[in-house]
Amino acid sequence: MSDAGKALEHHHAHHFDSAEHEFEASKQGMWLFLVTEVLMFGGLFVAYGIFRGLYPGMFHEAHEMLNVQLGALNTVVLITSSLTMALAVNATQTGKRERALWCLGLTFILACCFLVVKYVEYTHKFHDGLLPGAFFTNTELKDPKAPLFFSLYFLMTGLHGIHVLLGMGVISWLLIRTKRREFSPEFYTPVELVGFYWHFVDLVWIYLFPLLYLVG
Amino acid sequence: MSNHSTGAVAAPAGRNYLNHPKGIMTWLITLDHKRIGVMYLFTVLLFFAVGGFFALGIRLELMKLGREILDANTYNRFFTYHGAIMVFLVIIPAIPAAMGNFVLPILLGAKDVAFPRLNLASYYIFIIGATFAVLSLFLRGADGGWTFYTPYSIRTNTTVILVLFGAFIAGFSSILTGLNFIVTIHKLRAPGLTWARLPLFCWAIYATSIIQVLATPVLAITLLLLCMERILHIGIFDPALGGDPVLFQHFFWFYSHPAVYIMILPAMGIISEVIPVFSRKPIFGYKAIAYSSFGIALIAFIVWGHHMFVSGQSELANFVFSLLTMFVAVPTGVKVFSWVATMYKGSIHYYAPMLYALGFLELFTIGGLTGVFLATLAIDVHLTNTYFVVAHFHYVMVGGTIMGMMAGLHYWFPKITGKMYSEKAATIAFWLILIGFNLTFFPQFILGAQGMPRRYWSYLPEFTDLNRLSSVGSWFIALGFLYVAYYVWDAMKHGKNAVANPWGGLTLEWQTSSPPPTENFLETPVVTAWPYEYLPENITMPVNQG
Repeated sequence: MSDAGKALEHHHAHHFDSAEHEFEASKQGMWLFLVTEVLMFGGLFVAYGIFRGLYPGMFHEAHEMLNVQLGALNTVVLITSSLTMALAVNATQTGKRERALWCLGLTFILACCFLVVKYVEYTHKFHDGLLPGAFFTNTELKDPKAPLFFSLYFLMTGLHGIHVLLGMGVISWLLIRTKRREFSPEFYTPVELVGFYWHFVDLVWIYLFPLLYLVG
Repeated sequence: MSNHSTGAVAAPAGRNYLNHPKGIMTWLITLDHKRIGVMYLFTVLLFFAVGGFFALGIRLELMKLGREILDANTYNRFFTYHGAIMVFLVIIPAIPAAMGNFVLPILLGAKDVAFPRLNLASYYIFIIGATFAVLSLFLRGADGGWTFYTPYSIRTNTTVILVLFGAFIAGFSSILTGLNFIVTIHKLRAPGLTWARLPLFCWAIYATSIIQVLATPVLAITLLLLCMERILHIGIFDPALGGDPVLFQHFFWFYSHPAVYIMILPAMGIISEVIPVFSRKPIFGYKAIAYSSFGIALIAFIVWGHHMFVSGQSELANFVFSLLTMFVAVPTGVKVFSWVATMYKGSIHYYAPMLYALGFLELFTIGGLTGVFLATLAIDVHLTNTYFVVAHFHYVMVGGTIMGMMAGLHYWFPKITGKMYSEKAATIAFWLILIGFNLTFFPQFILGAQGMPRRYWSYLPEFTDLNRLSSVGSWFIALGFLYVAYYVWDAMKHGKNAVANPWGGLTLEWQTSSPPPTENFLETPVVTAWPYEYLPENITMPVNQG
């Protein structure tokens, strides 16, 4: 058996026949997990759709309090991070460890940027009293239903933000493991799967941005 | 058996999953699906006892008019806990997480589930969720029923949020178990175990897992929104803030109606295994039974509105949901007729698993048929929120799921424990439970048809006799289950050792020793035939000498 073969054996659990077998199973598991994520966010999107249908005028008025420039900036940031993530997966698959480290690092930094921008936006909303439900104190918006828009805004971007945070956690875990030379063209399952996850997080934002910032 | 070439040899020096490795810590951090299944089983049975305690309290209170033992507020807490515990902590995990975990990989000829660490994590997530729910018991309790309808659940000053949060967390355990099982069935089937040779229990678990994966995340977000509603007053479900309380019902039932099939499908899987073995006949309509599980899973997602016929839905929606709901009866009927046809001219052995399977057929058929009544709009408007509904879903959940669970427990008891239970004791307990069940819940159909509303603390004087009958019945059920607890404990202490295949079954779990070794099979089995081919040479059944 070749050296590569030995590295393979090291990585697959006893109940799988081969590393390939384990990789296929892990990939299927990840896809199923992403399906559950779609359905969880789906609940929020349905709530959004229903209330927008009920109060279209209020949605139009309330959405103008959001900062489209910052939202657009964050969209660019996240899409770029998806690109760097894809490059990181490719670099790992082809055994370019240095490049993988750089790409993962960049993805991490872009995720940070996203959250910093989100922080700026949130602080601004807090300052203006644009808070969910009963905490809403803004006097500019006349529609009594306006707090509902900000409930949805904070819930949807908040849940998404938590996903970004979790993504940063797993990306730093990948960084550590790449640094320890644990991945190779024969074994790169975690990198590929985190890649799936990260693209999903990006995709959710691509829906959130027009629905919340560009309603008008 | 001639159908399989397996390593049906005893493990070295009597070593099996129960006694090796030793020590409580090896259990708590085990990755073995069998041990995780057993831990689930113990936990679920513990909660079954707790939920049963609340049920007995409810029935005792309803023995006579006015106050018997509980005041009205305590009564509200009792039925809330009875419902929430039985649904989220017993019936949903009972068969998939407990028995599915134990049996599924063995039925597939696999060494373990696809993701063993995730499997252990699921168990602990379940325990954390359950802890939150139980914690609320010691604070200000929870009321409003297991459905947590808004706006009451937003306004009540009980600690209902802990139960909500507990169910939210336990939901992830259900999602991850479903995910794990789907991948296991896809990727870890033994050589030769084609889809067309897959045991029907695996098909049932597959269909169940699909529902778990697709529906539970919606419950998660719903309960999260309700928690947020209580903490941050976000207003989504609160009419005072512009929200819509009926939206909660839609969300809740979008999960909880499919959840009904999470409860029943695995039980149907067990019945499909037990009936051919104890009738000594090949299963009738294998493909029909397998596919109908998916039919049920599919229809499960498009019938939730039948819980809301009087919640202010449009008439068109009511009509459509009513029609769709009746379609559930089609795949269900396919299964029932296939089981009956399997028994026809079979050589039926009335051992405990078969008794429970027959109990299932009787009770579930009544539960299913009354479900068609309730799907009928004109009748449902009259019966909504009456005891008729209570009787209906107890016939399905207890008569279906719990009967299926008991059938499975007895069927796989020799495999799990390596011991035989007493067939005589099991028969007595079965009759106690079956008679008690019918005594308890059949009168409730009549009470409901006469207009007695559910969840009320008291009732009109003319309902007294039937309520007494129902309460007396609940003691028979309790007695039956206590007796089960006794003889199971006794069998584990003093029972005879079980042979590898006490029932003469052809599925893979019977081709390894009882209890199985840690790796399930000493060598990977190769499947060469369909597992229901009960041929003349193996038609006689070994006798249970427990």
